[in-house]
Amino acid sequence: MKTILACLLLAPVLAWGESEGLTLDRAPIDLHDKASLQRGAQIFVNHCLNCHGAESMRYSRLTDLDLTEQQIRANLLFTSDKIGATMDPTLDPKIAKVAFGVVPPDLSVIARSRSADWLYTYLRSFYRDPASKTGWNNLAFPNVAMPNVLWEQQGEQALEVTERMDEHTGDRIETRRLVPGRPGALSPVEYDRYVRDLVNYLVYMSEPAQTSRRQWGVLVLFFLAGFFVLTLLLKKEYWKDVR
Amino acid sequence: MAATEKSPVTGAGPFNGILTWVDQRFPLVSLWKDHLSEYYAPKNFNFWYYFGSLAMLVLVIQIVSGIFLTMNYKPDAREAFASVEYIMRDVPAGWLIRYIHSTGASMFFIVVYLHMVRGLLYGSYRRPRELLWIFGMLIYLSLMAEAFFGYLLPWGQMSYWGAQVIINLFGTVPFIGEALAVWIRGDYNISDVTLNRFFALHVIALPLVLLGLVAAHIMALHEVGSNNPDGVEIKKHVDPVSRRPLDGIPFHPYYTVKDLMGVAVFLIVFSAILFFSPEMNGYFLEANNFIPANPLKTPTHIAPVWYFTPYYAMLRAVPPLFSSQFPGVAVMGAAVLIFFALPWLDRGRVKSIRYRGPRWKVAFALFVVSFLFLGYLGVEDTTVLGQFGKGLPVVGGDYVALWVARVLTIVYFLFFALMPWYTANDKEKPEPERVTW
Repeated sequence: MKTILACLLLAPVLAWGESEGLTLDRAPIDLHDKASLQRGAQIFVNHCLNCHGAESMRYSRLTDLDLTEQQIRANLLFTSDKIGATMDPTLDPKIAKVAFGVVPPDLSVIARSRSADWLYTYLRSFYRDPASKTGWNNLAFPNVAMPNVLWEQQGEQALEVTERMDEHTGDRIETRRLVPGRPGALSPVEYDRYVRDLVNYLVYMSEPAQTSRRQWGVLVLFFLAGFFVLTLLLKKEYWKDVR
Repeated sequence: MAATEKSPVTGAGPFNGILTWVDQRFPLVSLWKDHLSEYYAPKNFNFWYYFGSLAMLVLVIQIVSGIFLTMNYKPDAREAFASVEYIMRDVPAGWLIRYIHSTGASMFFIVVYLHMVRGLLYGSYRRPRELLWIFGMLIYLSLMAEAFFGYLLPWGQMSYWGAQVIINLFGTVPFIGEALAVWIRGDYNISDVTLNRFFALHVIALPLVLLGLVAAHIMALHEVGSNNPDGVEIKKHVDPVSRRPLDGIPFHPYYTVKDLMGVAVFLIVFSAILFFSPEMNGYFLEANNFIPANPLKTPTHIAPVWYFTPYYAMLRAVPPLFSSQFPGVAVMGAAVLIFFALPWLDRGRVKSIRYRGPRWKVAFALFVVSFLFLGYLGVEDTTVLGQFGKGLPVVGGDYVALWVARVLTIVYFLFFALMPWYTANDKEKPEPERVTW
């Protein structure tokens, strides 16, 4: 809990290392926090699912998050009227290609290809950049085609670049960090929580079976431990007469 | 007819009748005796001797889980990636089957590598087991092919670009290279055609070859008998009456129960990975392979799965000749094929490391270290370890890992190339007459 709190408090100012690329913030994921996953699903459906799809994920699967089918229908089912449908994007990929230059990637397994920490950092690293087509840029993903969809929640950030000379080598070292600008509807701490809920959901969606996988794992290991003891005793019994 | 009938089966209670009926039409009893109840194995097997039976277990696990995967997988470039996710989500227990298969692939190599180390430690490739060793090496080669073909099937970025890299290796062969690469792909690029044929090879051709080779491997083993940690032949001392080796015990029940215990431990390790860390930090399932294959977008870092990385590091370490990468490819191929020559390179008078001299021990240690370290370098970018090369001439900075790989590649080959000399007059200890127990 303390580490989560520390993460949340440290998050508003994101500073990157010199030439090492960016340091990822640890995403405080908790797949047992069903309330967080439900909020994340709602954020996902409201803000991501317009351009992105999650075509491997079925709405009906959201019953995993302690939601009833009725609740799913009422609150989350916008792109289809069938509960068994997959989460397809609303936006036609051809139009998306024209608008953004790329087709927004499917997000079904994005947490597995990108990692939770990367997503958590990325979604909090947008800054205003007048030079870019969308008016937005991102420290974690330079020149990304995606604008900051969550700007109403987050507000705006600006990039601050400072340069200094390395005393020993004389190399110029550039430090890039984000500074808060116009505030959004959420405070920085609230926004981190908001993104955390979304990333939590993305991690869940990347492998919906993962919680039950770990539960099965415990059972299987207990069974195998018993099996091992039996085989050990059997072996000892048989090998008594090997001289 | 009656004159040639075998005597009835006894000791099976109510099954005596049916077993007698079968045995008179099929060599049931003699097979059972030859390969299990009267196959005498040395009684001093240690930890290293679990991995042969475990390799067979993993083969069965892979075949069975593979059959179930085939029921839902679609070998079609447009559908393959999605069908794997369909298995992970919509097929009941599909995630379990898929993880069994993906974890099994890596575990197969772990078990086989340990099995091969055992052979090196105790000289199990030495006369009269040369052919047994060769069958084993053919299994290893087939397994590499099987793993390579299978890795394309999920149709992720690493599947696609890994296959691209490997097939391009064949393209470097002088004169016929390009035609050869096209022949393997069935197209000018990796495409749906390639996916279809790799699927065929992965689910039919290679499993058949593997099963046949495993049968030959076991038949050869049971013909010559098992080696043991002392490297002495148990058949030299037999009971004058029963003719059974004095240091041998029947495989069944002694080694069946012992191996069953090994199976239990193995399954614990297997399940711990499968249920709690099926990606194994990106070593068993790579993050990039959760991005669908995109022929237009090359990933920045392409690394093969861990079990190929020692050879991959060698490939990268060899400089091109006349702007051809073929020398590296040849070195990589030679690194695998040289194992076949092992029985004829080793001139030691003893087999087991227990009685080997210091020269062999040093050479073997260097070989193991070079193989493992090459494996590490093959996983990483070529710029890894750069901090150790700062300010050094020639190897400085970015090239330090490359030069380390070059040195290790030479060490790897010297282990084989110099073997006839350093084994010929090593200070070996006398072998015992009987196994130590």
